[in-house]
Amino acid sequence: MNRLPTPAPVVTPTTQAFWDATSEGRFMLQHCVACDAVVWFPRNHCPECFSPELSTFDCSGHGTVYSYTVIRKVANAYKEATPFVVAYVELKEGPRIMTNIVDCAPEDVSVGMAVTLVFHDTGAGNALYRFRPTSQ
Amino acid sequence: MQPRGTEPMSIRGAAYVAGIYEHPGRDLPTHTIWDIHTEVAMGALADAGLSMGDVDALFCDGTAGFGVLTLCDHFGIRPKYVDSTETGGSSYLAHVGHAAAAIAAGKCSVALITLAGKPRTGSPPVQWAQGPESGFESVWGMAGAPHSYALAAQRHMYEFGTTSAQLAEIKVAASTHAQYNSNAFLKNVVTVDEVLNSPLVADPLHRLDCCVVTDGGGALVVVSPEIAKKLGKTQAKVLGHGEAVKHTNNGRIDLTYTGAVWSGPLAFEEAGVSVADIDYASIYDSFTITVLQTIEDLGFCEKGKGGEFVMDGALIAPFGRLPFNTDGGGLSNNHPSNRGGITKVIEAVRQLRGEAHPAVQVPDCQIALAHGTGGSLGSRHGSVTLILGQHDA
Repeated sequence: MNRLPTPAPVVTPTTQAFWDATSEGRFMLQHCVACDAVVWFPRNHCPECFSPELSTFDCSGHGTVYSYTVIRKVANAYKEATPFVVAYVELKEGPRIMTNIVDCAPEDVSVGMAVTLVFHDTGAGNALYRFRPTSQ
Repeated sequence: MQPRGTEPMSIRGAAYVAGIYEHPGRDLPTHTIWDIHTEVAMGALADAGLSMGDVDALFCDGTAGFGVLTLCDHFGIRPKYVDSTETGGSSYLAHVGHAAAAIAAGKCSVALITLAGKPRTGSPPVQWAQGPESGFESVWGMAGAPHSYALAAQRHMYEFGTTSAQLAEIKVAASTHAQYNSNAFLKNVVTVDEVLNSPLVADPLHRLDCCVVTDGGGALVVVSPEIAKKLGKTQAKVLGHGEAVKHTNNGRIDLTYTGAVWSGPLAFEEAGVSVADIDYASIYDSFTITVLQTIEDLGFCEKGKGGEFVMDGALIAPFGRLPFNTDGGGLSNNHPSNRGGITKVIEAVRQLRGEAHPAVQVPDCQIALAHGTGGSLGSRHGSVTLILGQHDA
């Protein structure tokens, strides 16, 4: 069930590789070669030690809900999709990323719940990364 | 004596807020924002006993056309010091700190700070250049400040057990004060139940957890001690200022605290006072959760205990533990241009002058704090703390 719109993201030369990977069902994280930090959001330097040497790896796709809100009313592309959930999900690899929680009723979402990555094609050569409750 | 230039510099006592003006309008369909800038500037200068020709420094945010270039042209002035620091609704508190520092450095002696906007009746939305995070934050359906602040409220509730009823107490206190303000956008006193029964905008925030949307603006005049002495009337002394930017911290965003944890100590240290010395506080109230987290972060109570702190009328003037936002704040009175920073300074100065409404005037208010939070608690924001004292503080 995906009743949310799938707007195409802004893609820049810096984020092209990240978004290209989503079309293959991969969520790519950056790793700082110099200080071992995981970097989020993608950029050309490490915001911990400022090194330009970054490698990439695919995240596990597992995380937990760090916080969320149920949006009841909006005037944007999501207007017809209310109520829907925007959340910060804390990835197993560390970063807390903004996303939507899908495939469950908004009232069933809770802080701390386990979630798993899914991708929704935007039709623009990439996909939005969202999370659904992890199956027991 | 240390060689010149190596003394630790402080703005404590280096400047005075000599003029304040809050535009009385909340719906201004026939004004341009430039008309509003003019009216608030003239109002604050008249309050100080100065004129536009005396202004030698100009401060405004990043939404006023081409900033200071547009406003200098519009006003017809040629200041020798300008600053368009943009930290959202906290900008104007930063401007006071920066003006005081510039005055202390001998760069200027009469600084004018203005804010104007018309979110009700026609300012086009401000077009910001997209930040590097844009692709990762703009596609999820978030459409406004309430959604972002709701994320902070939800996490605070999870970690500390804060309740919607506790957040509602903040709106109740603001509305209690607003009934005495004839210019307030909302003058009705509300109950906790009325807040809880108002529609959910973004869980857990209800409609009455959110500030008002108003046209209008305000202005401040900050002057050197020499000018202040000549003007003679009651002014507010700038004692301390601190500012900070809190952001997503490489994916480690912590939604339970604000940048006040950094701006507060800087301001208290510079002012040489502690939380126990604060007689009145203007605390940025874009949402009830903004107030609750800020009260904790400034040290008025332990982290996580803000919910308990705001109960039992603690924020209600004149006799609550921490009288706050006696004009009715952004929650009930005014949040001009979606920015509540300048009105926070204005009401703090009214309290220090003894010019707040008699029903909410804190007796012998000697030290006041004003705090601004601009941007979003759910991503990145600017926090600015300002501490002001009576003229002889």
